[in-house]
Order: sequence, then structure tokens, then C-alpha cells
Amino acid sequence: MELVSPGIGLIFWMTLAFGLVLWLLSKFAWKPIMKSLHERETSIDNALHEADKAREEMKHLIFSNEQLLNQAKEERDEILKKGREIKEKLIEDAKQKANEEAARIVESAKESIQNEKMAAMVDLKNQIAKLSIEIAEKLLGHELSDPKRQKELVDHLIKEAKLN
Amino acid sequence: MSKHFYKKSGFLKNFLLLSGIVIILVFQVLASNPQHPESTSPEQAASHETGAHKEKFNAGNMIIEHIVDNHEWHILNVGDFSLTIPLPVILWFDGKLHTFMSSNFHHGHQQYQGFGISEEKENKGKIVRVNQEKYLAEGVIECDKTQEMPLDFSITKIVLAIFMSLALMTWLFISIARTYTKRQGQAPKGIQSILEPIILFIRDDIAKPSIGAKKYEKYMPFLLTLFFFIFLNNLIGLVPFFPGGANVTGNIAVTMVLALFTFVITTFSANKQYWVHIINAPGVPWWLKFPVPLMPIVELIGVFTKPFVLMVRLFANITAGHIIVLGFVSLIFIFGEMNLALGYGISVLSIAFSIFMDFLELLVAFIQAYVFTLLSALYFGMATEEHH
Repeated sequence: MELVSPGIGLIFWMTLAFGLVLWLLSKFAWKPIMKSLHERETSIDNALHEADKAREEMKHLIFSNEQLLNQAKEERDEILKKGREIKEKLIEDAKQKANEEAARIVESAKESIQNEKMAAMVDLKNQIAKLSIEIAEKLLGHELSDPKRQKELVDHLIKEAKLN
Repeated sequence: MSKHFYKKSGFLKNFLLLSGIVIILVFQVLASNPQHPESTSPEQAASHETGAHKEKFNAGNMIIEHIVDNHEWHILNVGDFSLTIPLPVILWFDGKLHTFMSSNFHHGHQQYQGFGISEEKENKGKIVRVNQEKYLAEGVIECDKTQEMPLDFSITKIVLAIFMSLALMTWLFISIARTYTKRQGQAPKGIQSILEPIILFIRDDIAKPSIGAKKYEKYMPFLLTLFFFIFLNNLIGLVPFFPGGANVTGNIAVTMVLALFTFVITTFSANKQYWVHIINAPGVPWWLKFPVPLMPIVELIGVFTKPFVLMVRLFANITAGHIIVLGFVSLIFIFGEMNLALGYGISVLSIAFSIFMDFLELLVAFIQAYVFTLLSALYFGMATEEHH
């Protein structure tokens, strides 16, 4: 019977001691333990969350970096293309200019040659004229010393003129 | 390489555990030495006094004496010398407080101030007013039926064990709490890392699913204290020598107080929904409630059976385990009395079975603490459940 009949003294001391320890531990042990466990969990949670965020940002950063690189590449290509174009244009322009210059030079050369030629021709003509006049003078001087011969010539010239 | 190391340390651990249990068992055998004076029944005491022949070993008495409470803490016997811690006796009798040490009873053989430890069947072990005529005539301490029983508030063996285990818990958890506040946000260290998984287990696997994530926090201190008190005392109860050996959680008064705490907390935290459910259980045909309120009566009885079952389950499980182990140990003495060689022979078997039982008891120590805590949490959960 003793085994299953609770004694009043034991009930009294057990209630008192257990109640006291329950109060003591609630206040000085469980409260700080539960609090710091909770805090640690939230801090770990936060850290994980932040790591996730950082990873996301990293991804974003890499993406934007790539974008930037691509843009830079494009710009470089553009600049190179433009440079090439400018170069070609410059060469083209220079060529054209040179051609023009050459043409101009040739033209002016031609002109001056023409002028020279003309001048030479004029000079030649004058010379020829002068020579012919001299020859004519001498010829005339020799031919027209006799009046008969003068008459014949005149007739002949007239004849010739009519035939033309 | 590390794998090899773990294997080795695992072996070492097993070896230490096994040798620990063997040592415990040796002490068990020593502590349950049938020759100590406590185990003397009246007729045995008489034969002891005459010294005519050796007292006979009574397994039933020995087992019960090891399970029930006692006014002194017997540690061991060496020959005629018995090492016993006397404990204070506090009695309330006739409107007066009587306090003295239990050593005045001389292990229950003598009376003191008219009080004595009863040797009769019905009040065995209890402090009673001694029937003087019988005591003077036969030297037997029996209850004086004409006087009322004194109220016994003694610091008994189990009370002392409760105080010691609670002191240990207080020191342990307050020092751990200090570590927690000191090492804020850091990984657990030392003893903190042993207990943290258990604390988290109680919080995440017992309190949260049973009570609900919103309200569990209020009940955590009780559940944690309850669990660690039961678990610690179950374990200490398995150690047969001082400071173990007191059957705290296998005592009906202790489990009754624990169950009462659960009952009081459940009742006081109960919301309207809980009482409505008892008086007018939903989903039950009306004729079970009116005119004969069958269901309400059943529900109301259930309110009281729940803590009652908590009380009985823990008490019975722990006591049963102790009885079995002590039974195996008793076998050695029973057979030893028939024939010495037989006693030695049977001791091998007894110890093997006791080792098995001690391992089982280790498991039971945890399971019973878990079950008590889980059911308490479930009852709190029922009491605070919202309408859905």
C-alpha cells in the first residue's frame, strides 16, 4: 500500500521545491536561453537572407558588367568603323584632290604648251611672213625690173584669181 | 584516417559505458546486501536478536524497501557497520511541531518521543504514535489506534534527492544561461552544446507542434523544467549508490505533484472553447447530451483522468523497471542461499539480464520524460486551441 499512497510530506516538499525551481529557472535560465536562441536564429536567418541578396546583387553586377563590356565592345567597333571610314574618306579625298591637282597641272601645262605653241606659231608666222616679204621684196625687186614682166604677172594673178 | 579514429573512439566509449554499468551492478549487489538491518521483519528481528540462525532473505521485502521512501539514507554495509545518512524528521502532531534526527529511531528499532516507524503491514514504514503496551511487552513498534496519525513533513530520502537534483538543475541551467548571454550569437560550447539539442527538441518537436507557434512560448519554462526534472531523476534513479538510489520519479507523490502542475496550468490557461467543448461537444448527437448528459460527464471525467494517467504512467514505468532489475539481483541471493556455487553461477545470468534491463531503462528514462512532456504540451494545446 505504501507504494501507491502518496505521502503528505513528499507532496508538500515536492510542490514547494519544484515550484520554486520552476520560478527560478523561468526567470534566470529559460528566459535568457530562449531569448538568445531566438536571437541567434534570427541573426542566422538574416545572414542567410543577406547572403542571398548579395548573391542576387552579384548576379546583377555580373550581368551589368557584361552589358557594359558589350557596350564598350560595340562602341569600340563603332569607333573603329568610323576611323576606317574616315581613313578611307581621307585617302579618297586626297586621291581626288591629287587627281584634280594633277589634272589642273596637266591642263595648265597643256594651256601653257598651247600658248607657247601659239606664240611659237605666231613667231614662226611672223618669221615666215618676214622671210616671205624679204623673199618677195627680193623677187619683186628682181622680177619687176622690166615692165613687161610686170604686166605678165599681173595678168597671171588676175587669171588665177578668177579661177579661184 | 578520421574514419578509423571515430571507430576507435566509438569502441572506447562503448567499453567505458559497459564497464560503468558493470560497476553499477556490483554496487547494486552490494547495496542490496540482504544482511543489512533494514530488511528485518518482526520475526526476523526476533531471530536476529536471539542469534540462533541466519535470517532468511526475503526478495519482496528487499525490493519494496529499495523502491519506497525512507527516513534515512542507507548507503552500504561493511560487516556489522552500516553507513547511513540520518535525515531530519519533522512531524506535526497535536498542534505542535516535533523535529529530530531519524538516527534517534536506531534504524526503526526504537521509539523516540513516543513516535516510531511502524512495523505493521498496513502502516509499514510510516511514522506513528507507538502503542506503548505492545512496545514494552514485545519490542514491536505498532500504531496506537487510539491516537491520530502525525502529519509527516520529514526530509526523507526522496525529498533530499529531489532537493539535490533540483539544486543541480538550477546550478546547471543558470550557468548555461550565463554562457548563452556571454556568447551571444556564437555557436554553443561545452555542456551548452550537449543540452541545446534537447532544449531545441522540446521547443521544436514538442511545444511548437502541440501548442502552436503563436502560444508555445508561455509554456516553454514549465515544459523544459518538467522534462529535465523527470529525465535527470530517471537517470539518477538508475545509479544504485549515493547520491543516486532514490526512486524519485517512481514515487507516486512526486508524479502526482508533476501531474497536478500540468492539470493546474491546463485548467487555468483554458479558454472558452475548451469548456464549451466539454459541456457541449461538437459533432455528437444531441441525445447523448440531453436529457442524460452522458457526453459532458465523460468529458468532465476525462479532464481528471488525463493528469491521473500521467501520474500513473511515469510511476509505474520507473517502478517496474527498478523492480525487474532488483528481481534479477535478488535471484543471486535466493539461489545463493540454497547453494553457494549455484548463487555464483546464477549471478552471471542475473548480471547479463540486469545489463540488458539497465540499457532498456536508459531508453525508458528518456521516453518517459518525453511522453510526460509531450502529453502535457498536448493538453496545453487543447486548452488554448482556437475555434476552427
